[in-house]
Amino acid sequence: MNEISLMPEEQYRRLQQRNVAEVKELWDLLDQVKDPEVPVLSIWDLGILRDVERDGDRIVVTITPTYSGCPAMNTIADDVVAALKASGYDDVAVNTRLSPAWSSEWMSPAGRRKLRNYGIAPPEDADLDDDGLTPDAHAQCPHCGSRNTRRISEFGSTACKALFQCNDCNEPFDYFKKI
Amino acid sequence: MSDAIKAATLEYATRLGDDSVVLGHRISEWVSYGPFLEEDIAYGNVALDYIGRARMFYTYAAELADDGRTEDDFAYMRSDREYRNLLLMEMPKGDFAYSQVRQLFADAYYTLVLPELLQSKDETLSAIAAKGIKETKYHLRRSRDWVLRLGDGTEESHKRTQKAVDALWGYTHEMFDMDETEQMLADAGIAVDVSKLRDAWHKMVSDVLIEATLTVPEDSWAVRGGRTGYHTENLGHMLTEMQITHRSYPGCQW
Repeated sequence: MNEISLMPEEQYRRLQQRNVAEVKELWDLLDQVKDPEVPVLSIWDLGILRDVERDGDRIVVTITPTYSGCPAMNTIADDVVAALKASGYDDVAVNTRLSPAWSSEWMSPAGRRKLRNYGIAPPEDADLDDDGLTPDAHAQCPHCGSRNTRRISEFGSTACKALFQCNDCNEPFDYFKKI
Repeated sequence: MSDAIKAATLEYATRLGDDSVVLGHRISEWVSYGPFLEEDIAYGNVALDYIGRARMFYTYAAELADDGRTEDDFAYMRSDREYRNLLLMEMPKGDFAYSQVRQLFADAYYTLVLPELLQSKDETLSAIAAKGIKETKYHLRRSRDWVLRLGDGTEESHKRTQKAVDALWGYTHEMFDMDETEQMLADAGIAVDVSKLRDAWHKMVSDVLIEATLTVPEDSWAVRGGRTGYHTENLGHMLTEMQITHRSYPGCQW
């Protein structure tokens, strides 16, 4: 039986915002811009892309950082400008918006699948502990599917991930933290 | 926003930015020297969060100043006498125990300060706090784990951790001081009244220290001055290193 997919409210709102946008083609275009740290995800998949608007001849793109210290924001802004320029939009402004703070809930369903296939466990592949934080074990291994895993470090290759190791296949893997 | 409130908010945002950049830089001094690879990466990520937070505060300060300065001018073109960070943040990295005790003190502090700042009537300060709250939970869990591990570890690690606690304790009192600027902003619903957070911080930190078999120090001495620009000699040395590239090659980009 196929899994009935339940879409969180946050994701639904994002999708609606994109679908009813006057500049839908620009959302589609920016869905091609990849996150430099996780190159299988687009900035749409990750929820970094917050808004796209046309202001006269100018395109105004709004992005939000995942974590305060995300070092990829400048690169992402450059990539957004380059992608739009390649399609003939020369006047582009990229704004950064902090509020509301980024949530892993915003990640698209496709993004979650892509993440898992890439070898990174998406946020829902672990049950949070009593404090609502990443647990010290049992995030599902994206390589062999085992739950017999343990957390090795609170922070993985980037601040938005924790590092785990699978006790069955022994592979280390990143877990995308739920925040 | 009245001129007085605006000037005070500029000062306040600069102070908070100074705290974050100085601590972030101190943590970054551990990069490639961590006790093992995973920890090295973890602590480096904490540094990035603090430096990212500093950028947000400085960007806002530059916006309020509206005199052509950017976030970089705030970080790189001010001397130690112009910096307004808490002294705790500028203490040298010391040994690993020393840095983790300082980190616990700071992380516990932000665990209490940020939810209050979230309530600020200033939307930008509130938004910066909202981003920081989630991260800080992970920062605190990390530093707490280290203090437990080192305090309740070997005889040597216990000794060093207690020494760090005793050496840093006197620098923590300043974190809960209010001056006229912050009091005015607190009355206006913009700044956090940190004087009300001392008891909660003391309890949070004491619980960890006791569990780590460490002794909570008596409040027998205190050093103050960061908020008025009177620093320990350590800050000047740190800024010299942090600012040398920017000052040598103004406007350089790569």
